[in-house]
Amino acid sequence: MTTTTINAPGPVSRVRNAARANWLFISLGAIALVSLVRIVTDTNDLTSPGTIRAAIIATCPILMAGLGGLWAERAGVVNIGLEGQMILGTWGAAYFTYHSGSPWIGVLGAALLGMVGGLLHAVATVTFGVDHIVSGVAVNLIGAGVTTYLAEATFTDLEGGGPRQLIGLKAPTDVTIPGVSDAALNLADKHWFFISDVASFVAAMTTRISLLSLAIFALVLLSGLLLWRTTFGLRLRSCGENPQAAETLGVNVYRYKYVAVLVSGALAGIGGGFLALVASSGFSTNQTNGRGYIGLAAMIFGNWRPGGLLAGALTFGYTDSLRLRDTHAVHSLLLLVAVALLVLVVVRLVRRQVAGAIAMAVPGVALLVWFLATDSVPRDFTSMTPYVTTLFVLALGTQRLRMPAADGKPYRKGSAG
Amino acid sequence: MRTFNLKAIGLSLVAPAIAIVVSLLVTTLVIAAVGSSPSDFWSTMFEVPKPRSRIDIINQTGMIYIAAVAAAIGFRMGLFNIGLEGQYTLASYAAAAFAGGAYLSGFANVAVTLLIAIAVGAAWSGIAGVLRTTRGVSEVISTIMLNSIAITLVGYLLNRYGVHEGNTVRTTKIDLVTGFSPYEDRDGQIWTLTIIAVLVGVGFWLLLNKTRFGFDLRASGQSDSVAKASGVNPTRMIITAMALSGGIAGLIWMPALFGKASSFGLGTSFQAGLGFLGIAVALLGRNRPLGMLFGAVLFAFLSVKSNDLTFATDVSPSIVQITQGVAVLAVVIAYEVVRRWRAQLEQRAVGQDLVTATEAPA
Repeated sequence: MTTTTINAPGPVSRVRNAARANWLFISLGAIALVSLVRIVTDTNDLTSPGTIRAAIIATCPILMAGLGGLWAERAGVVNIGLEGQMILGTWGAAYFTYHSGSPWIGVLGAALLGMVGGLLHAVATVTFGVDHIVSGVAVNLIGAGVTTYLAEATFTDLEGGGPRQLIGLKAPTDVTIPGVSDAALNLADKHWFFISDVASFVAAMTTRISLLSLAIFALVLLSGLLLWRTTFGLRLRSCGENPQAAETLGVNVYRYKYVAVLVSGALAGIGGGFLALVASSGFSTNQTNGRGYIGLAAMIFGNWRPGGLLAGALTFGYTDSLRLRDTHAVHSLLLLVAVALLVLVVVRLVRRQVAGAIAMAVPGVALLVWFLATDSVPRDFTSMTPYVTTLFVLALGTQRLRMPAADGKPYRKGSAG
Repeated sequence: MRTFNLKAIGLSLVAPAIAIVVSLLVTTLVIAAVGSSPSDFWSTMFEVPKPRSRIDIINQTGMIYIAAVAAAIGFRMGLFNIGLEGQYTLASYAAAAFAGGAYLSGFANVAVTLLIAIAVGAAWSGIAGVLRTTRGVSEVISTIMLNSIAITLVGYLLNRYGVHEGNTVRTTKIDLVTGFSPYEDRDGQIWTLTIIAVLVGVGFWLLLNKTRFGFDLRASGQSDSVAKASGVNPTRMIITAMALSGGIAGLIWMPALFGKASSFGLGTSFQAGLGFLGIAVALLGRNRPLGMLFGAVLFAFLSVKSNDLTFATDVSPSIVQITQGVAVLAVVIAYEVVRRWRAQLEQRAVGQDLVTATEAPA
């Protein structure tokens, strides 16, 4: 989307404004599309406040994992170990919440445990120059092993605990903004085109929303500002684009990479903590269930940018939450995706990208046929949606993406010569 | 020259040795930290295995080794097939379902079942290969997504077409292939199809060292541009290597299917997690046939012996997952350290040679 504007002449601010307008336009279009499908298929659950609320809860862990990935990869370190760091976070949150009685100490514990996972990855990749994927796989193995073992060793004899779980943890406070919440809920109940869908979103954001969810959205904003608006961020990103050049300018590349990967681990850990404290009634072994990887996919989908990451995480979180609701909603989702794909086909045809148009038309028509020929989608298939969506999005969108130039490449101090 | 070779062999053993020491040390510390007794743990783990355990270790080694070879084929050319888990789950289901259908009998049934396992594994990993070559999607992410999709898909198919028995569901039972019993009958059998592991290991060595394809594979792994210059078609290499890796992955669970399980049931007879163990062992063994054999034996030993912990100590068997994970991380770091150290030694040696060479004529 933004790539087309990069070549345009003119000052940077104009490009930025154009990109911003583009994003706004796409968001509005997406809402209109969802709203249209909701009305056509008569599936109000598609954007009911309940669905959006579930979607926000499903989005938060993915968002944290993705944000962790963003920090690491912007500094040039690919962090497949997010899954392991996240899973360490689930144990940390449970252990510290139980023993301190405060969920916020638990969140700090989750961040701490995630940071330990990040430290392992940083030592291996930054100090010793191990291949990033290899180290990440090892961190995941260790994370899963440590969590399973520690849970059995520390939770078995606790009240509400067992060798594989610890329930009854105190959750972070929910907040409701009185006036706005009621008004939005009312409006959402009217099922009007567009307005009710937006109202649903507002209602979900202002009614019984966990403070931790709000904190997570704030962390995304904060990360964006830190990485793109400060000297620190510029230096950190320069380590991901061209570490040799950064070194010649006096940046301590190792230190920035360490900071990035530690923050990355801490954020993933908080994502794990969210799973144990907010998304479910307590800790259970293997709770992350691949969300670390989905977070990574969301970041790639978002083109290594916080705004895109947010959009990606919301998409995956939304499909993830729909599977928990009625199967009719997922059936409508087929139409939604089919129409979205066909819209993109038209866009590509207008731009005369015939090959790209065909690549999108095939799955688009297939989904449309599937929608028209059936009444419901088997429950097992609905639980596949986030993974299939990820594959589709990557298959259809990878060409437009640009990752940090030195992402995943080994770097040794003094290599600038 | 001879002393230099000894030194080279010594150096290549340093890394695994360091890794094993570190992983044992970390394991001991973790056990002590939660207040259990490390000495109980070690005395139980290093007891000589009973005949039953010995057979288990051999059988597990076979499956882990097949998984490791499957991972190594991709790794050797720089492809990260993280999706072994999904490939062998789907392939095992398809194979068990076909074998249960009893369309053929005896040897023919086993042979065709194995072919189906290979084909399904290859097709599933092939998707990742095609996505990588045609759409530029990183195989790391796509194989991870395909893992989750495969496992859900198998759950769906099994529920729909499987045999329901109380709360469990499985494929139709098949006749087992009689194995080899070195001890008494109650100690169990070494599964006949563990022979696949031997064949796959030998085949992998031959493929890498004696064929054009093996050379191309290693060349692509070392340097894309060199491979291209020597006439390798990268698109074809990626798809072939990916499919080959998935095809081998399809065979991972076959020894157990025909040796003991007799049907496929998620969470019951089917042994999950071998794919990730295989990746770990491939890293541990440096993607070399012999190194991976050593790693497979070590991991199988740890996994099987850890079952004794439940009776003899208060340490949970899952502790060996930590040992295994730390061993992998430690070994990759140790290899890197040794590589740098060796490079330094060589540099120094060359430097000295230069000094003596310039001094000699003077």
